[in-house]
Amino acid sequence: MKSNTASSSQTQPPVSRGRHFIYIAAAVLSLVGLSETTYLTATHLAGAHVTCVTAANCSQVLGSVYASFRGLPLAGLGALGYFAVFSFSTLAAFRFPRASTLLALTVGLMFLTTLWLLYLQAFVLHAFCDYCLFSAALIFLLSGLLIATPAPRQSS
Amino acid sequence: MRWSFSGPFACAAENESVLDGGTASRFSFHLNISALRRMKRLLPFVLILAVAALAIGGGAALYRARRETVFAPIPNEKADANPGAIPPHFRGAARAPVVLEEFGDLQCPPCAMLAVLLKKFEEENRSRLRVVFRHFPLAMHKHAVEAARAAEAAGAQGKFWEMADLLYENQPKWSKEETVTATFEGFAQKIGLDLARFKVDREDNQLLGRIGLDNQRGISMGVTSTPTLFINNQRVPQQFMTDQGLRDAIANAANGKPPFPAP
Repeated sequence: MKSNTASSSQTQPPVSRGRHFIYIAAAVLSLVGLSETTYLTATHLAGAHVTCVTAANCSQVLGSVYASFRGLPLAGLGALGYFAVFSFSTLAAFRFPRASTLLALTVGLMFLTTLWLLYLQAFVLHAFCDYCLFSAALIFLLSGLLIATPAPRQSS
Repeated sequence: MRWSFSGPFACAAENESVLDGGTASRFSFHLNISALRRMKRLLPFVLILAVAALAIGGGAALYRARRETVFAPIPNEKADANPGAIPPHFRGAARAPVVLEEFGDLQCPPCAMLAVLLKKFEEENRSRLRVVFRHFPLAMHKHAVEAARAAEAAGAQGKFWEMADLLYENQPKWSKEETVTATFEGFAQKIGLDLARFKVDREDNQLLGRIGLDNQRGISMGVTSTPTLFINNQRVPQQFMTDQGLRDAIANAANGKPPFPAP
């Protein structure tokens, strides 16, 4: 029994309470993003109208040429991204090796995509979509959380 | 019976007894730490699979629900009126208690102003209001029919409202142009339409026919000008064509009352 515990702690470095909290927060945030992008994807595929919450011209953004990529709704790709973030943060919270690296890579990629989409809204389409802004806020929050993640504790 | 503890969460109960003529029966129950650890390692995958199933299932249900709103028939059709184009273009909840039907002309400035107001009402009454648009292009507007064609061609690609919104937003500009073909093609590109298909659909007789059918419905309902509104098949009197008047009429209809007070 003792030898079992010892070998396990060698493969799974201990996760500090701060890191653990951040991974759980990231998983919760990604679930919010997943819900939003799933709604947008289903609405896009059904050809239905998206009800805007605050901005009246969000259909100008969601109906633009940039709203799909090679025939796939961009929101669908966002949903995949959020699902990946949920998966990696869950695995990281359970101390799976490399999960935190994959999480950082996915969030980094989503962060860059968000910057590009914000640029398109501000300077190309001249219209903002509240769903996109909400998603951007989620990504910024996720990025901030990961930047604030304390360094892994060294196992002795 | 002998109980043995081999760890903080592990115990084993071994029951040795003579049950039938000396045959020893052994029951063992093991809940040890390695089993717990195995379960713990599986838990994240269970969570991930559960979220994937929820997202796919929820998305499919949402897709069906949204699809239903696109193809659901309009309730309270006026029995004696011409049915107009089927299915009509509409936004809002499929089973909304209030159906606001607009006969509009995409080149008519008051229609463009009304479009902004209607969007506000839609946001205020999400599950209660359904807005239907019927073409009623007026002869006095040079590009009205062409605008209606462009909107219908966009509708063939599922983007009627996006095109109608763009046409209304840019109406002061294109209304003054001599020819609008290139401008409308630019709009089609802006909303991500397949331009080649848009050009073909714009001339399609079947889509053109929809404009005529809406027009016939308007005539059969006594429409002579735009915008003309009907709330649950009751024509909106001119004095109620204001922000507050329409808001009150929608609220009344949503509460099962007549939209307008008796004259």
